[in-house]
Amino acid sequence: MSILVLADHAAGALQPSTARVVTAARQIGGDVVLLVAGQNCAAVAREASAIDGVARVLLADADALAHQLPEALAALIAELAPDYDAILGSSGLVAKRCLPRVAALLDVMQVSEIIAVVAPDTFRRPTYAGNAIETVQSTDSKRVLTVRTTAFAPAGAGASAPIETISPGPSGDTRSSFVGRSSTGSDRIELGSARRVVSGGRGLGSRESFDKLVYPLADKLQAAVGASRAAVDAGYVPSDCQVGQTGKVVAPELYLALGISGAIQHLAGMQDSKVIVAINKDPDAPIFSIADYGLAQDLFEAVPELIAKIG
Amino acid sequence: MKALVGVKWVLDFSVKVRLKSDGTGADLAGARMSMNPFDEIALEQAIRLKEAGAVDEIVVVSVGPRPAADILRRALAMGADRAVLVRSDAPVEPLGVAKALKSLVERDGAGLVLLGKQAIDDDNNQTGQMLAALLGWPQATYAAELAVEGNVATVTCESDDGLETVRLTLPAVVTADLRLNTPRHISLPNIMKAKNKPLEEIAPEALNVDLRPRLKVLRTDEPAKRRAGVMVASVDELLDKLRGEAKVI
Repeated sequence: MSILVLADHAAGALQPSTARVVTAARQIGGDVVLLVAGQNCAAVAREASAIDGVARVLLADADALAHQLPEALAALIAELAPDYDAILGSSGLVAKRCLPRVAALLDVMQVSEIIAVVAPDTFRRPTYAGNAIETVQSTDSKRVLTVRTTAFAPAGAGASAPIETISPGPSGDTRSSFVGRSSTGSDRIELGSARRVVSGGRGLGSRESFDKLVYPLADKLQAAVGASRAAVDAGYVPSDCQVGQTGKVVAPELYLALGISGAIQHLAGMQDSKVIVAINKDPDAPIFSIADYGLAQDLFEAVPELIAKIG
Repeated sequence: MKALVGVKWVLDFSVKVRLKSDGTGADLAGARMSMNPFDEIALEQAIRLKEAGAVDEIVVVSVGPRPAADILRRALAMGADRAVLVRSDAPVEPLGVAKALKSLVERDGAGLVLLGKQAIDDDNNQTGQMLAALLGWPQATYAAELAVEGNVATVTCESDDGLETVRLTLPAVVTADLRLNTPRHISLPNIMKAKNKPLEEIAPEALNVDLRPRLKVLRTDEPAKRRAGVMVASVDELLDKLRGEAKVI
């Protein structure tokens, strides 16, 4: 069995999600080959070659693959596909928009966001915003999968797999072109892979309060900042901070929910966190039913006290 | 230009799913069903494009059982011009739906296909990308803004750390994210008017597509429940727990 894993990278660096997808691939079993595709990404390939359990790294470096637009990337992967039994990607943007395209080109039904490998053709995945877990068996001869990376531990790094430069595939599709990117990403800790997350909800009441309470606490804890849909809708924070069914799925060691009531769509994005803390002045808020530690107190008293008392 | 919009009949977003105790899946008997919220946003966008003069006809399509006609009538009342129900009583998968939509695009023509980014029941997030691949069209997913001028669509998409803008030469497939728009309310006169709009029901065989699922759902379980936690009375007690017991700070 041979497995192709699409490596995640951005701004010239390999993303930590890749080592987690490699773990899922190794559980399926077989030779794991990493594909690093993009423009000027030779350094990424070198980083990727260190991941334990990777047999080799394919490097496809071309202008046509800049920005990893799905049309060109899917065409490349479909060209490589005959050599592989399974093709895996993460739950990040590049894989999510590209791999279903690959699956359709191969006439394969993709299995999205797997959280466990039961057998090489059988996987567990959440549906209904995480309120149901399906065990599904693929009947296709090839498998295309995306992996919910929070469900798999990262593979170690210490190997040195060979890097093979490959032809970048069909020339770029000129009917799709990249115009620009506006990153809200300051120098804050990245939400998807953070060890601690402080999230704010509508209970904060205003953008000013969000700025005054959530960010300083996150700074104190060296945590990433998240938010409920209500807080994003109210304009307290940009939409890439949203945690939930629509938004990011996180599973940090510590998740602190401030003024979040706990709609099922939000819980879908954070209920696998190791320790959940909720502070909300409403003692009946549903978030308390899944929190390890709940504090029913006014945020405007509790959070400043918390900030002051954390060393 | 004609726009085709795909809509899925799903368990209403406000209803918590009930699972059958024998592990055979969701129990939808008697449950409130509605239009997948992301598809409703896609439809609203098509209607706005029509109001702006960029689209002249909106065809709304659902692949599902006969009761899915309810959401098609709702779509007609919102502003779609005609509806097609591709009848399938068994559950459908994105690959099958994409094939049915492709076949309809080839039959009726379309310059733009708008879909929701994912269905809130199976959470697959595949149909738009698959349809674009089958048609050989460019795609934009997770749209937060969409402007159409002539045969060019400029789409600003939600990305992992902000927004990304792409320019597509039409025809193309665009999938809608939450913040593309807020769908309109439906007025009573429009509900009445929609009764006279055409709703066609066809069998998948008539489109020459095979909707048989490729994935076998072996069982469906409740997720592992989190252990019930404790309420603490003060910030001091909380910090004690986090330091001493949970050891996370």
